[in-house]
Order: sequence, then C-alpha cells, then structure tokens
Amino acid sequence: MNLITPEVVSAHNLTGEEYARIVKLMGREPTFVELGIFSVMWSEHCSYKSSRVHLKRLPTRNERVVVPPGENAGVVDVGDGWCAAFKVESHNHPSFIEPFQGAATGVGGILRDIFTMGARPIAAMNSIRFGTLDHERHGRRNRALLAGVVAGIAHYGNAFGVPTIGGEVMFDDAYALNPLVNAFALGLVRRDQIFYGRAVGVGNPVLYVGAKTGRDGIHGATMASAEFDDEALEKRPTVQVGDPFLEKLLLEACLEVMRSGAVAGIQDMGAAGLTSSSCEMAARAGTGLEIDLTLVPQREQGMSAYEIMLSESQERMLIVAHKGRERQVVDIFKHWELDAVVIGRVTDTGRVQIMHHEGTVADIPVGYLTDEAPIYERPMRAPETRDEGSRVRDEEAALINEAVGVSSVPETPTLSDTVEGSEELDSILSAAKSPVNASDADHNESFLKLLAAPNIASKEWVYRQYDHMVRTNTAVLPGADAAIVRIKETRRALAMCLDGNGRYSAADPREGARQIVAEAARNVVCVGARPLAVTNCLNFPSPERPEVMWSFSETIDGMAEACLAFDTPVISGNVSFYNETEGHGILPTPVIGMVGIIEDVRRIIQPGFKTEGDLIALLGETHDDLSVSEYAATVEGRTTGEMLRAGRLARLDLKLEQAVQSACLQAADEGLLRSAHDCADGGFSVALAESCFSTLNRPSTGATVELTGALPVAAQLFAETPSRIIVSFDEAARARVEEIAAGLGCPISVIGRAGGTELRITVDGQPAISQRVGELETHWRAAFGQRLQAEALAAAAE
Amino acid sequence: MKFGVIVFPGSNCDHDAYHVISKHVGQPVSFIWHREIDLAEYDALIIPGGFSYGDYLRAGALASFSPVMSSVREFAGRGGLVLGICNGFQILCESGLLPGALIRNRDLHFVCEHVRVRVECADTPFTNELKRGQILSMPVAHAEGNYVCDDETLRELQSEDRIIFRYCDADGRATPEANPNGARDHIAGICNRERNVVGLMPHPERACEDLLGSSDGRGLFHSLAATLAAAAS
Repeated sequence: MNLITPEVVSAHNLTGEEYARIVKLMGREPTFVELGIFSVMWSEHCSYKSSRVHLKRLPTRNERVVVPPGENAGVVDVGDGWCAAFKVESHNHPSFIEPFQGAATGVGGILRDIFTMGARPIAAMNSIRFGTLDHERHGRRNRALLAGVVAGIAHYGNAFGVPTIGGEVMFDDAYALNPLVNAFALGLVRRDQIFYGRAVGVGNPVLYVGAKTGRDGIHGATMASAEFDDEALEKRPTVQVGDPFLEKLLLEACLEVMRSGAVAGIQDMGAAGLTSSSCEMAARAGTGLEIDLTLVPQREQGMSAYEIMLSESQERMLIVAHKGRERQVVDIFKHWELDAVVIGRVTDTGRVQIMHHEGTVADIPVGYLTDEAPIYERPMRAPETRDEGSRVRDEEAALINEAVGVSSVPETPTLSDTVEGSEELDSILSAAKSPVNASDADHNESFLKLLAAPNIASKEWVYRQYDHMVRTNTAVLPGADAAIVRIKETRRALAMCLDGNGRYSAADPREGARQIVAEAARNVVCVGARPLAVTNCLNFPSPERPEVMWSFSETIDGMAEACLAFDTPVISGNVSFYNETEGHGILPTPVIGMVGIIEDVRRIIQPGFKTEGDLIALLGETHDDLSVSEYAATVEGRTTGEMLRAGRLARLDLKLEQAVQSACLQAADEGLLRSAHDCADGGFSVALAESCFSTLNRPSTGATVELTGALPVAAQLFAETPSRIIVSFDEAARARVEEIAAGLGCPISVIGRAGGTELRITVDGQPAISQRVGELETHWRAAFGQRLQAEALAAAAE
Repeated sequence: MKFGVIVFPGSNCDHDAYHVISKHVGQPVSFIWHREIDLAEYDALIIPGGFSYGDYLRAGALASFSPVMSSVREFAGRGGLVLGICNGFQILCESGLLPGALIRNRDLHFVCEHVRVRVECADTPFTNELKRGQILSMPVAHAEGNYVCDDETLRELQSEDRIIFRYCDADGRATPEANPNGARDHIAGICNRERNVVGLMPHPERACEDLLGSSDGRGLFHSLAATLAAAAS
C-alpha cells in the first residue's frame, strides 16, 4: 500500500492546498489510485485551471457553429448537410524529449479527436518551431530535433493515410530548449451523424476498444504541465510510442461501428488515458460509470490499478454502446482485428467507481474531478515599460509615424526589459529607425539573404516528406497562402492555414494576437475562401509568472477582438503552459488555425502570376514597419531580445484589414483575379518573388514594379506592415477591380506588370532590386534543404 | 466488366482507386477484403497504395502471405489483369508476381511530389491507349520506391520490353535528377512476362483530374477498360 506523504503529493504536481481541497471534498484521504486520478484531472493540461477564466472571453458561436468548444473537436456547418470537425493541439513536451515519437503521437492524438466526432480526417497540418539552425551551441541539436519531428509527422500521417497539406516551420532561439509541435486535423461528417463523448443511457455497456494497455506514458499529462529541468530527459518512458497502422484500423472500425447505430457515445483515450475519457464522458452526460479494470486488455502482466488508469498507451477509445448491441460492436472490431471488451456500465450515481482485484480502488463523484477542479485567477503584471527609454521611444515612434501618416500609437505596454544607461538608449533610438542610406547593392544582398532565411525559404524539404496528396482532394499543393481540399461530394472546397508569430506576440501580445488572426484570415482569403471559424493553440511559458499570465490575458483579448471582427468563432483549441526549460521561457506563441470555404472549386486563386503582361497591384498600404521583422533579424542581425527592446510592432487597423480582404474576395468571386498573395515575413519584395516562382504546371515569370512614396527604400521592400495583398489581373479587369476596391474603402495601387525573366523593383525611379527569377528561385528552394541534409540522413538511418 | 480493389489492413489509397474506377472510368467496382479468396466475379484487380499490415518487416512483405494473395496468384495465372500501385507494386514483387524489389529511396526519406514518367511500352493491357515515348505527369509518394534487380533480370526486362515506365524530365530524358528514388535504370513500372500484371510506383489514380494537377493517369485506366471491353465483345 502506498502511503500518501507530502513528497508523494508533490510528485503528482499537486500543491498542498490542492491536496487539502481533495481531502475536504472527499471527506477522507484519497486512495493512491484516487490521488493519481485527481492529479491528472486537475492538471493544467486537463483542467485548464489557469486559462479557463480567460478563455471565456473568446467568441465561440455563430449560426454555422454546430459543436462549440468542450467536445473532442469543434464542428462547423459547410453546406449541403456536410460539417467540418477540426482542432489543433500541442505536443511540445513529448517532442523535445523524443522528437520522432513525440511528434508522431501528436498527430495520432489529433486524428483520434477528429474521428471520435464521427468525421473522417481529410486533411492535416502542423505548426512547428525550433531554435535557429545555425546556432553556435545548439544548432546541431536544433537541426536534429527538426529532422526528427518532421520524420515523426511523416511516419504517422503518411501511414494513416491523411494528407498533410500545410502548416508553418519557424525558428527562433527562444524555442531552442522547448520546441513547439502543434498538430491540426480536419475531418468531414454529415450533420446528422456527429458523435459526442457522452456516457448517456443508464445501464448502457462501456466498451474498451483498440490497442492494449501498457505501462507507457504514465503521467504524460502531468509531465506536460510542469517545467522542464535536467531530469526531463530522464522522463523518456512518459513518451508514448505510436502505431499509425493500428490507428488506421481503429479509424475504419470506429466509423463502421458508428454507422451501425450501436454507439451512444465515444471518446478518445488521449492525455490521462482511461481516467480522463471515463470521467469526461460521465461529466458531460451527468451520469456515473462503473469500471472493472481486470477486464481491460493489457499488454503487460501485473499492472496495478494505478498504472491501468493512468497509462497513455496510444490508439485506444472508450465506447458507450446501446444496451444489447455489445455483440455488434465486438464483431465489427474483430473484423478489423482489434480488441473490444465490455469493461463496465453507465450508472446513475454521478460517481466514477473503479474496481480491480483488490476491490473498489476509486470512488469519486465525477463533479469533484471537473466542476470542482481548482480554477485560478493567477496574478498578472504588465512588464514595466514606463521607463525613460520607452517614453522617448514612443515619442520617437510618434514622430516617425507622423511623417508616414500613421496616427495610432499602441497603448499596450511591450514585454521589453527596463532600459538603463544613455548609451544603450542611444543605440536603441538609432536602431528604431530604418536605415535609409543603403545602396542598391545592399538591397539586392538583403533580398537574397531574406529569401534564404529559414523562416522564409521554401519548405519543400519538409513537405516533400509528407504525403500531401492521398485521398485525391488536394486542390492546392503546399506552399500557397492556404492549403485547399475539395469536398468530393459537392462543388465546394475548404481552405485552411496555421499562423503564429512569437516575435509579434512577444513585442505586444494583444496586437500580436490580432495580427495572427488577421493574417490567417487573409491567407484564406488569398486563395479565394471566406473565413469560417478558428481553432487555437496557445503556447506559453509558466502561468505562475505574472508577466506570462498578463501576456496570455492580452492575447485572449486581442484574439477575441479580431475573431469577432471576422466573425470567425473559436470552436476548439488547446492551451499549453509551462513551455520553459531551465527558467528560459518561449516567446508567447498563440497559433491560429483558420478554416475557410470556397463555394466553387473553379474560383480557387493561387499566389503565382499566371499570364505575361498582367497588371500587378497592391491592396493596402506599406508603412515603416521594420523594427520587429525578419529583415531586422536576418539583415540587421538583431536578436529577438534586441528587437523587442528597440522595436515596436506595426498596428493593425481592423477596418482596413476587412476592406482589403473584402476587396480581394469580391474580385475573386467575380473571377477577376489571376493571383493573390499575402505580404508577410520579409515584406513586399519577398511576396512578389514568391508570386514569380514556378509551381506545378506553371513556369516562373518575371515582374517589373515601380514603388513610390515617402518611405525609406528598405521599408518599401521589406517592412511587415499588415493588411496587404499582392494581386494580378488582366488589363481589361482593371477598372472593375479598382471600382470594387474604392467601393469598399480598400487602398489600391497598380504598381507594375508580370512578365519577362527578371524581377525588377524600382523605388521613386531608382532601381532597388534587379535579379533573374530563375536564380532567385533556385536560391530560395535550395536554402533550407542544404542546412539539413546531414541530419536527415542520420534520422532516416536510425 | 468488374473491377476489384484489394484492401489490406493498412491500405490507404483503396478509396482513391475505387473513386477513379467508379467516377472517371465509370465501371462497377468492389472492395475485396484481404481474407476473401473467391475472385471469380472480377475481370481486373487493383492492389492499391498504403502501408499494408503497417509495412512492418518490409514494405509489402506481410501482405504477400495474406489469403487473398494466393487467389491473386491464381487469378494472374489464368491471365487476369492485375495492377499494383505503389505499395501494390511492392506487394507484387514480394509475392513473386513481378521480379526485383523496392528498397529505401536513394536519399533515405519519404518523397511526395509530382514526377514525370515516359511510356516505354504501349504493348500491355494497361498502356495500349498510350503512345510509346509519351510523357505522363503523376505524383509519387513513397519511402521505398528504389527499384533494384540483378543484372540478368534487368537484361530480361529490357530485352522483353517489360519496362513500362521510366522516370524522365520535361524533355523525356531519363536522368538521375528526374529519378526521385534512385531506381535502377530509372524504372518506374514493369510488367510480368505474360504482360497481364503491371506494377508501378507513381500514382495514376491521383492524376485523373486537372483540379489535382494532372489527368495523365486516366490513360492507364482507360486502357484497362478498353482491353476488357474488347475481350467481352
């Protein structure tokens, strides 16, 4: 018998107060199994105890939302009786400990969340972040982590048979000791065939289906709720091993058994395994469950009740069947060569009662684990910035803004450190200004550097390893602003993208959140889709630090504001706290998964210029937004810390953003646009180059563009001002496109033409960039893979 | 005429093949579970891509021992038409219905992209609607697509005109750069001596609609359908 000592309590990541609360609720000391159950159900990962009070402020509903947050995945109506179920989830901690399996099981978990709803997964994406590839000390490890994570994602998604069609790969040293792996999946389900994780129907049998239970992953959920330290790498046994083959069988068996009508409720055994699936199913239905652990299929002998309840073995589900239909469920799973065993029944007690050889090992009112779980309003504190440095900086910024016609100054403080000493202040002030005296040669050189920067260079090396075409729905290949899968049974298609920007969020969490929502919506609009709904993955350091909690709260408010503006409710998501190692936190990194709808697949727009002689126009306007940018990092060589101290983030005008997106969509709907591409990392010139590069069945093309205005040349070329889209169209469409833009209040300037073999940009009549497109493209395509070839060979050989 | 798509645990291009036969070829088609052994009602079989039995041990190795494969051997022996795509090609090699083997790609990782192949032989039931020298654009998606065989087998394949597709560039030249996996002699697809069994690594079923980037794969399925129609009349 295990004695519960303060050390045991602390080893379960429960505080003394939390333990006291358990004893008070229960009216007695919990058993060891009960302690394990409380610890995972009350963990940050399962209970959202630090984030819940804030998450309430997000919009979660509109007329298209069928299932709001709270289930395994959110669901929106996409027309003709079809619905899309989607969600993004983090698997950061396991991926750092064991990149291949950590990433693989992250994909497996999110796929189960989707097919638990009754939806067949038809698309996957992922957003991954690492330390920089060339880092002096950690470069080798960062490259190995990237190679391992990519191989793990490929291993699972490819074998399962879901196309991995998009995502993002970003680098910053803030992620060196804590990489981020966020996996997204989307599935299709008929509106009348959605399933829920609810243990309904007193007396209904509870079936355990899928893989056998082993000792792997015990306490994965509590691990994911603690900071890393030196011992973290010894936690390898808490990372599970995934089997995509088994998951594929589980998918087919689950969908078949759902069609059979035998299923009353179904839930994935994800984090905290049997514990969370049983407790959550009972909690949602307001029922109780009685489970006999001796009946659970086990991979190993002599497993204790504690181990069975907390195991995170993969590829398992809990099914509540309609009474009398057990046989049918078992037969269908047998056909797919999987276990399906009745292990208990639904009761009206409102308690989770767990039996094992020794008798009842746990007996807990379900509400204690869910409703009564602690909720924290953690202290929040904005970083101190009202110091001399930032005051002067604001004044300086205001002057610069006045010169370029921007009136708004952000009111929110930034995460920058206190600045001391006038010398540093001087250097900061000069850094805040853009270099205005760079020569043409410099601009060409800057441009080449940016195209080869890992955050910008083609990610072909990554997505070539993912099967992105299986299921024959992929209408736009990876590399566009958003990925697209058509819905076979209709004329419609779904566009989707993942976007985050830790740099922006660190500079100003509220503004950063507004901008990533806006960028995600813009990306979807650029392929001709109307934004529908959002899923989010909120990656932050420890919530126990007031500055982190403040940035989290700010993020929620910024996200809520932008999601309301675009009418894109947040229908699912995940919070990942404690992303820090040895006291070094990551940048606050909210990631947005945006899904949009295209009513007619023939109206899909892509980034590439299509026809020689087409006019090129910019929707939106460029400002002097260089100080927090890829340019500042790559060309000026600033560290993120320097950028955050010296820089200020551009401010997004939601009205302008909506005007730009509406203009683009309307022109696309009327069939006027030949191409559309968002200006993002690296600014206008990088976006223009990407529109020139070749894609499948489309050769590369040149472009000649003339920019004018009062801005420094570098800002014209590389500033990351939001709310800009580069479009192209036939000369004959010009009048109508300009009319649409004017009608919606969207600034538009026709700036050049597609054609030739060179990319030429002149600013105020002076040549700024002149390069052969073919050479640029080779440079951009090769940069990423060249840095990784050695690691890839090592990972593959493993 | 009736098509059958064989489904092993772990097949994942089964739905795609089924979709193409029913929607684009417009012929009756059924799934055949790996434990079925009666193939009497079928005129042509497709062994689709995927990871049969998880591709554990070796890609296609376990599938070659499954009950349905014994029947496929008999079916092929009677002259029935069998098309193996990707994992299906691997299974056909492991089953001994086609010579050689498919090993790990030259650069060791999974590769998914559109490639070009040159039609080397129009004299099979799967390519008779195509022209020799014609260039087709089709996707590949595999980690083990690097075709290998011994010198004698290669000479046989060459002399008996059994190399059906070779990887090539836009101008039709078979070059190492155009070869995505390092396959010997740039081989993308071959047939058996009787020419009724074909295996290829590229996915023609993923190249049957312009929306997906290519319709070039249709030629294979139309050839098959035309062959069966001619045989039936």
